Amino acid sequence: MPRPGVLAVWLALIAAIAVPVVVAGFSPYLAWRSPIYIAAGFAGVIGLGLLLVQPLLAARVLPGLTAMDSRMVHRWIGITLIAMIVLHVGGLWITSPPDVVDALLFRSPTPFSAWGVVAMWAALAAVALAALRSRLGWRFRLWRLAHASLALVTILGTVVHAVLIEGTMETVTKAALCGLVVFACVGALIRLQVWDVKPRG
Amino acid sequence: MPGDSLNRRTMLVAGTALVATAGSGLILPARASGLAPTPSMRGGSNNYRPGAPIVDRIGGGGFWMTGTVRRAGDGAPLPGQRIQVWAHTTEGHERDPQSHGATLTDANGEFRLEMPQIVPAFGQPHGHLAYDSGEFETVFLRPIMSSARDKTLAAHFVLQPV
Repeated sequence: MPRPGVLAVWLALIAAIAVPVVVAGFSPYLAWRSPIYIAAGFAGVIGLGLLLVQPLLAARVLPGLTAMDSRMVHRWIGITLIAMIVLHVGGLWITSPPDVVDALLFRSPTPFSAWGVVAMWAALAAVALAALRSRLGWRFRLWRLAHASLALVTILGTVVHAVLIEGTMETVTKAALCGLVVFACVGALIRLQVWDVKPRG
Repeated sequence: MPGDSLNRRTMLVAGTALVATAGSGLILPARASGLAPTPSMRGGSNNYRPGAPIVDRIGGGGFWMTGTVRRAGDGAPLPGQRIQVWAHTTEGHERDPQSHGATLTDANGEFRLEMPQIVPAFGQPHGHLAYDSGEFETVFLRPIMSSARDKTLAAHFVLQPV
């Protein structure tokens, strides 16, 4: 049995992600959407939720996890995030191909589309940097700055994308989750001092 | 002195003459000749299905798509023009055939087509309209509702003769 403090942190984290997902499950718009469209939307909501966990794992502030645990979970959540992006874009493509083609080509009439597409490419690049880390052979802090910069673009792009959308997410829980994601991201960047690329002495 | 020539009296005379000229319609044709054609909107043609049937109502109705169709240049209302309408509604996705319908403009160049309630899809509550009959340049519009609770949406066409 974990200590009460540890348990409270994890329950709060799970609630921060689960509450917006559950509230979105009561959206009236769901009644007028096909299962694939609904799945695509929820993949996006869950992807946004995962962006809350990633900075906390990177900064190793989640209690009860060793540094190695944090790294492993961070890696698996990164892979899950890519799966959510594929489900999100793929499901929307099946629902309305021309709208997704417009978004990917940056000619969509909706301003949030471009933010989402930029976030998608940044996330894919961040994962690619992680996958190729040993092969690239960059000095750790340079690699970390590059990975963190791409993660920052992913998070800011996703948050703006989500806030501008009138969709299944309820506005208060959406704003709260977006605020937490940005707070966690900025907090992690500061805690890790990612801009400090001097070799460790 | 130039100041003397621009006194209250000359201003009044010139102003009255201008108003009289505008009222008589002598200035109007010059302004109307500048009525520019409506450009197609980005994404307007998405999920378009050519040849939507002319219907009294799309599905169960409850929502009104309205608008006007005028000719570029002189702004004359265009009666009998076929306007196609489609949207994501409470009765179907944009791609579904039952979400599409068409109507004709009346003698005043106005159209009104009842359709199911539009609901937000792909992030915005919006509709699609097309003029695609060949006599004028094709125009695709994608108007956005100011609120998802709106019961009506308007879109206006100014068409360029081919």
